[in-house]
Amino acid sequence: MKKWTLALAGAVIGVIAVLLTVLGNPGNMGFCIACFERDIAGALHLHSAEVVQYMRPEIIGLVLGAFLIAIAKKEFKPQGGSSPVTRFVLGFFVMVGALMFLGCPLRMVLRLGGGDLNAVVGLVGFVAGIGAGVFFLNKGFSLKRTYRQTIAEGAWLPVINVAFFALLVAFPSVLIFSTSGPGASHAPIWISLLAGLVVGAIAQRTRLCMVGGIRDVLLFKDWTLLCGFVAIIVVALIGNLIAGKFLFGFAGQPVAHTDGVWNFLGMTLVGFGSVLLGGCPLRQLILSGEGNADSSISVVGMLLGAAFCHNFKLASSGEGPTANGKIAVIIGLVVVTVIAVVYTFNKKKAKAETPAVPVA
Amino acid sequence: MAQIIDACGRSCPEPVLMTKKALESHEARYEVLVDNNTARQNVTRFAKSAGYTVGVTEEADLFRLVLTKS
Repeated sequence: MKKWTLALAGAVIGVIAVLLTVLGNPGNMGFCIACFERDIAGALHLHSAEVVQYMRPEIIGLVLGAFLIAIAKKEFKPQGGSSPVTRFVLGFFVMVGALMFLGCPLRMVLRLGGGDLNAVVGLVGFVAGIGAGVFFLNKGFSLKRTYRQTIAEGAWLPVINVAFFALLVAFPSVLIFSTSGPGASHAPIWISLLAGLVVGAIAQRTRLCMVGGIRDVLLFKDWTLLCGFVAIIVVALIGNLIAGKFLFGFAGQPVAHTDGVWNFLGMTLVGFGSVLLGGCPLRQLILSGEGNADSSISVVGMLLGAAFCHNFKLASSGEGPTANGKIAVIIGLVVVTVIAVVYTFNKKKAKAETPAVPVA
Repeated sequence: MAQIIDACGRSCPEPVLMTKKALESHEARYEVLVDNNTARQNVTRFAKSAGYTVGVTEEADLFRLVLTKS
């Protein structure tokens, strides 16, 4: 994959993201994997925060777009078994960190392109978290290998997303939809779905990943994936200027708060947890579409994490972070560090115990 | 006999890290086994940047990457 391919992919995603905000999505939220999974958790009655409930077709599209292109390119490959429960826990705490900051790494990039300086603080925390993860990767961190699985195991998440879309268009009355707040702001259903499908396919082909970009620079001095990251910022910036949605500064930013310490720590948790998972929340959705059962479990962890965040008042709002949220982020940082230590330094013992060829 | 690095079942960046570590022994030839396209591309890109030419053969369930010092 060439650098310019990644840059082009990032540019297309930047344009689509700005268009989605013009067509009704909340500010700087053409895409936000964390916010949208949180909205889906709300639509499914998993939490009852009235302002953030909607079955976001972008998420459905991302998974199905990756699924369809993976089938077409013969890259659909059901696999799993690489420490699934640990991945569930990591997904859970990545969501806790993202909802402290109010955005996944992709939305952080879009916020940068919208002139939101709080996202600069988030970015510094994000890089710090990735740095911590890279330290453990260099020491030999591994969640162990995956194994080939049945087609059903790899197809569940795409199937579930088809079911979600069927509920949205055919039986919307069983879901809950916000009547005010970010959950009530959305582009038309079919446009959102199409946007998700296109971006899902692009992300599958290019392996675009917000965490991978910075990680590869730190690990290998490889700037390829980062080109996509930078292209999204540049194009979103131009797009926001043209659309009249560019707002430079800290205060008054859409769906954001100005508490620097917690913006930093929230994204530290997201960066650290995501490196251990092998990719950002967007990448987990794309891998789920490719049949990766471990990523599917991570996505379920994020969905449930989002529900917990609102049921236990861990998520921030425009007014700032909550006391519960701060405690949860600290717990998350501790848990992720323990996971990193255990899967880095316990490996030699495990290797000696496990035969190279699995015994039937 | 080339050193064989079995990175099957590993997701990125692990195959690249395993290759990077192996390359520290500075041999003229290595074989890396991976089972997904992402790992194939990433290991290939890394090996090229480290001054190796990469030949790929596709086998039943894996890619065999042959790295030769160029």
